[in-house]
Order: sequence, then C-alpha cells, then structure tokens
Amino acid sequence: MPEITKLIHKYLRHDKKFPHVWCPGCGIGIMLGALIRAIDRCGFTKDEIVLVSGIGCTGRLPVYVDFNTLHTTHGRALAFATGIKLANPKLKVIVVMGDGDAVAIGGNHFIHAARRNIDLTAIILNNSIYGMTGGQYSPTTPYGMKTTTSSYIHIEQAFNISELAVTAGAPFVGRGTVYHAKLLDSLMEKAFLKKGFAVVEVISHCHTQFGKLNKMGGAVEMMQWQKDHAVTVEKAATMSEEELKGKFKIGVLVDKELPVYLDEYEKIRQMAMSKKEK
Amino acid sequence: MKKKPKTPYKEFLLQGNEAIVEGALRAGCRFFAGYPITPATEIAEAMSVKLPQVGGTYIQMEDEIASMAAVIGASLAGVKSMTATSGPGFSLMQENLGFAIMAEVPCVIVDAMRGGPSTGLPTSPSQSDVMQARWGTHGDHPIIALCPSTVRECYDLTIKAFNLSEKFRNPVIILVDEVVAHMREKITIFEDEEVEIFNRIKPNMPPEWYIPYVDTPSGVPPMANFGEGYRYHVTGLTHDIRGFPTSRPDEIDPFIRRLFRKISQHFSELQFGEFYETDDADITIIAYGCVARSAKRAAIDARQKGLKVGMLKLNTLWPFMRTAVEKVLNTSKIVIVPEMNMGQISREVKRVNKGSTKIFTINKVDGTIITPQEILARIKEVG
Ligand SMILES: Cc1ncc(C[n+]2csc(CCOP(=O)(O)OP(=O)(O)O)c2C)c(N)n1
Ligand code: SF4
Ligand SMILES: [Mg+2]
Repeated sequence: MPEITKLIHKYLRHDKKFPHVWCPGCGIGIMLGALIRAIDRCGFTKDEIVLVSGIGCTGRLPVYVDFNTLHTTHGRALAFATGIKLANPKLKVIVVMGDGDAVAIGGNHFIHAARRNIDLTAIILNNSIYGMTGGQYSPTTPYGMKTTTSSYIHIEQAFNISELAVTAGAPFVGRGTVYHAKLLDSLMEKAFLKKGFAVVEVISHCHTQFGKLNKMGGAVEMMQWQKDHAVTVEKAATMSEEELKGKFKIGVLVDKELPVYLDEYEKIRQMAMSKKEK
Repeated sequence: MKKKPKTPYKEFLLQGNEAIVEGALRAGCRFFAGYPITPATEIAEAMSVKLPQVGGTYIQMEDEIASMAAVIGASLAGVKSMTATSGPGFSLMQENLGFAIMAEVPCVIVDAMRGGPSTGLPTSPSQSDVMQARWGTHGDHPIIALCPSTVRECYDLTIKAFNLSEKFRNPVIILVDEVVAHMREKITIFEDEEVEIFNRIKPNMPPEWYIPYVDTPSGVPPMANFGEGYRYHVTGLTHDIRGFPTSRPDEIDPFIRRLFRKISQHFSELQFGEFYETDDADITIIAYGCVARSAKRAAIDARQKGLKVGMLKLNTLWPFMRTAVEKVLNTSKIVIVPEMNMGQISREVKRVNKGSTKIFTINKVDGTIITPQEILARIKEVG
C-alpha cells in the first residue's frame, strides 16, 4: 500500500461503515482525502478533533472517519459546532457542509458564525446542486442551468459562497477545487491553523445529477471544467475583468486578524467575576 | 482568619424566571444559548450576567433553531446546558429537540407559555403548549415535561429537570406559564440544603470496548463526552448500538423501544404533584401551573362552605401522571379540569377514566387566568 493510502487508512473507521454511500467519481472523496492529510500534517490527535456535518451527500462524510463525529440536522451544523467549541475550547471543531446545507437552509447560521468569529473551520463542498435529494437547484446553481426542479431553466442568481463569507466578516476564506488537490490540502491546513472562523469553499462536481442534466459529461469532464475555469488569486491579479469573466478565483481570498470570540468572552468572565467579588 | 458565622438560610424575593435560573445554576448548568422572547427573556438576561461569574458561557444565537443546536453541542462536549423560550421559539426548537431525543443528549428547555397560535398573546398567560411539548417534534418519541406553579417549584423542578435529563439522557421541558414566570414570591434557600445532583453516567470501560448506544438494565447507555478519548458517532439518523446509521428492522425496532422503555420503566420516579384533601373529596379539581393556585383556593373556600372538594396538582405533565389521576378518579364522583387551553390535559384525564367518574372542564383561552371564583362557580354548577 502506498504511504499516502496508508495515511488515509490510519484515520478511517474500519469497523463497520464501508462501502460508502457516494457515487463512483464523486468529488467528496477527494475532499475527504485532503481533510485527512491536512489534519495529519497539522498534528492534531484524533481525540481532539470533532467533525460536525449537516445533511446531504457531503453531510455523510464524518461517519467514515475515526474522530468524535456529529451528523446533525440539515443546515444546523455550525450552530451545533458553536456549542461544542464554547463548551470545550480545547477541541478542534471542523464543520463540513454541502452548498444547500451551508447557504440555503443554513444560510443564517453561516453568516452569523462568520460574523461572530468563533474558532471553527467551515468546509463547504459546493457542487451547485442538492445531491442527496436527487438534483434539485440550490442557492449556488448558476443562472440558466437545469436541475430536476428547474427543468425548463434556472432563473435565479447564484450565491458566491466565498464572497458571502468575506462580506459576513470571516477572517479567513479560501477556495479550491477537487481537481486542484494539492492546493486543497494547503488551504485546509491553513484554515485549521487559523485562529478564528475559517472558511474553505471546495468547488466539486455532481456528475450523476448536475453533470447529466446539463450535458457536462462525467466526473473526468467536470474536473476538466474545474481546471479550465479556475484562476489562482495570484494570476487573477494580473488579469483584466474581461479576461476573468466566467472564471473563478482559487487560493486564499482573505486572511486577516480579528478579535476571536472566546478570547473576548474570557474578558467578560473576568469582568463578571470581579463584579461578583465587589 | 476568623470564621464568619454561617447563615443557615437566605431569603429571596424572586420571579419565577429568576428562580429557574437559580435552580439551573445549582444543578450545574454552565451553558445557555437562547433568543429573546417574552415572557422568557428574564432567564436569558440573568444567565448572561450569572454564567460568566461561575466560569460558564452565555451566547445569544441568531434564532431558536440555532439555540437548541448550540445547547446540544455544548452538552455533547460535557457541559450541562439549557435554553428558554416561549411558544413561537418553542416551535422553532422542535427540529433539534427531536435530534436530542434521537441522539440521547441531556438538556433542559424552558417554555414560558403565552397565548397562541402564532405570535399570539406575547404578554398574556396560557397553557396551550402542553401538547406541543408532548408531540411537537415529529416521530415517535418519549418526553419529560415538568410544570411549576410556585416560584419555589420553579427552583426545585429546574434542578429536577437537569437531574432527569442527565439520568435518562433525554431532553426535559419545563412548561411554565406567563403568570408563574413573572410572579414574585419569597423563597428560602438553606445554604447547607442537601440538593441531590445527578450527573450523567460515563463509560468506565476502555474506549475500544465502549458501545455508545448499547442497551442496559436501566435502558440508558453510559455517555462519553467529546474529547475524552471515546471517539464515537452521533447522528439524527436511526442508528445501531454503535451509533452508525442503520436501516435494518432488527436494529431499528429495539432502538425505538429502548427510547420509550428508558422512560416508562422509571415512571414512578417521574411523578411529581400534590394531593390536597382528595381522600374524602366528592369533587376533585385536577390542575397545573398557575391554575393550580386558583384551584387550591377554590378547594379551601368550598370546604369552608361544607363541600367536600380536593385538588390534585400535576407537576409532571409528561409522562402523564396516570396512577395519580386514576386514584382520584376512583375516589371522586366528579372531576373538574380547569385549564387555559381548549382541553389538552382534560383529554388525557378522559382517556384514563374508566367511565364511572363525571369529568367537567373549564377552558379559558382569553389570555386571563382562571380565578378561584370561576372554579367555585363550576363546582356549584356541576356538584
Ligand atoms: C429540514 C430538512 N429539509 C429537507 C431535507 C432533505 N434534504 C436532505 S439533503 C438535502 C439537500 C442537500 O444538498 P447539499 O446541502 O447541497 O448537499 P449535497 O447532497 O449536494 O452534498 C435536502 C433538501 C432534510 N433532510 N431536512
Ligand atoms: S449524488 Fe452527486 S454529490 Fe451525491 S454522491 Fe453522487 S455524485 Fe456525489
Ligand atoms: Mg450540494
């Protein structure tokens, strides 16, 4: 077994849960690989990691890995994670969500988590569709595409998840794709080490639903699409707006320092205790 | 250093909501997540002041869905947690309340009842969430709901609520009505008062032997907190004893039955209430919450007039106090159930009745309390 496979196996739950639920060729597995490699590289122990998810194909991810794992309700993963982190700040709390999970039903929780700046990592797999329920449109389905609930044509504008996170105040926002696997590893590593709320948007494909309905081909063709349409932040800086049309940026979009919630709350505790003593 | 003389007790003039906060802190609650709503807001406000004083954490979430989620998260990480709301927020909490039942996460939810449906009567009392507490979240599930009628009971029942939630790994709901939530009464708390505090039973086996949802004689599996070395999976999907999703009928059935059994086989530990002069009563009033106060007054006044009237006060609403109710149904000719809804508990009383006792109701839904006079009038009318 190659070293890299051995490393993955070190973190999987072998006792019961395989085969997994994902379609062959799905990007979620690549994201899981990046997540495991980054956790390993950061040197976290299995016991200190809490992996939280919502509902969806992406939401099924935690069950396969040997951490403290929590599969919550649709859209609410960040709110559960907030409670965990505040109750035990020593835990490293990582949240994985689908696009519908994070910015449709969970959109309110997402912007408030970004605003609050609690030390959590939010990883969002954006496949532009509701995978698990069979291919309905999501808030990231682009205008003009087809889904099972926009079989004529999709008439809504899409959210840009990363920009939403930036605007909501997240101090770290990165975007990658499942094609650019090495970049994804490094984005996750940076996000895990960031003190504060860190977002990684992972552009992925759902070839069995979105790809099929929009005649985009299979997993390979859709990953080729990711390769052709992604532009690194560095390269984008040298390009005109015209040249950037139809493309999306990958890399670290924002990395800044902001007061972190738990540090601030510690100040409140000090104030409260000194008031009590008086 | 000279020792200060020990004060044997402290007297407080507290609001029901404040007594709930004191009870929660005494029980060991160290996390509160909520969203402001009348008539429960005082609980959040007091928690935001008191929790940081004892090293705990208060957070105001973006809504009640998130509040309930954060409470469950904190409890999974090992901290006793609660939230407080009223009808509209309680509706939003139902989704994750179901999760807490399914994943067996201890937590306490206060619903300070106001009139509904919808935004209803924000500042007026009601008792119309009794059935929402029972069946508000979807799916077959057990629930525990307690209902105080005095400020002292707010304190005591909140401690009990935490104990029961820890013991049975089930959410416990405190259904308080607006009257009791906002009423001020003197309560005396003895400093050396012995308060029984129950903490969740943790696994004592090595992690590799830990089976997180295994059946036990009590029906309640030991609970490991996140980060303590027992890595396991928690899900709202129906799961096997290891916590992994299952769709096998032979695993689903025992799981759902265990959830019910862990409560039902401890039924007698969950019955709190008061029999007031019921032994020789021809007429018994069955009441709860603020209405139990009026009912007691009515019983006293009726006795003075020579009528044999008693009262059964229910402090446990769920699981329904069947044996206590049966007892008064067996001895009384008439039972009157006054409540500030269209008949949520009276329907349960009728279900228990074997047909020999006449059951009358008083249903008040105009946002005002049922008075002793109204109960007395009903006694005269039916008696
Ligand atoms: C409250 C609620 N509403 C609807 C659903 C049904 N549902 C399950 S997954 C899902 C969408 C998932 O899409 P996304 O979050 O993008 O994840 P993906 O499957 O694409 O990874 C929906 C609508 C649900 N489980 N809960
Ligand atoms: S339905 Fe789509 S997102 Fe879900 S596993 Fe299959 S390919 Fe992946
Ligand atoms: Mg999706």
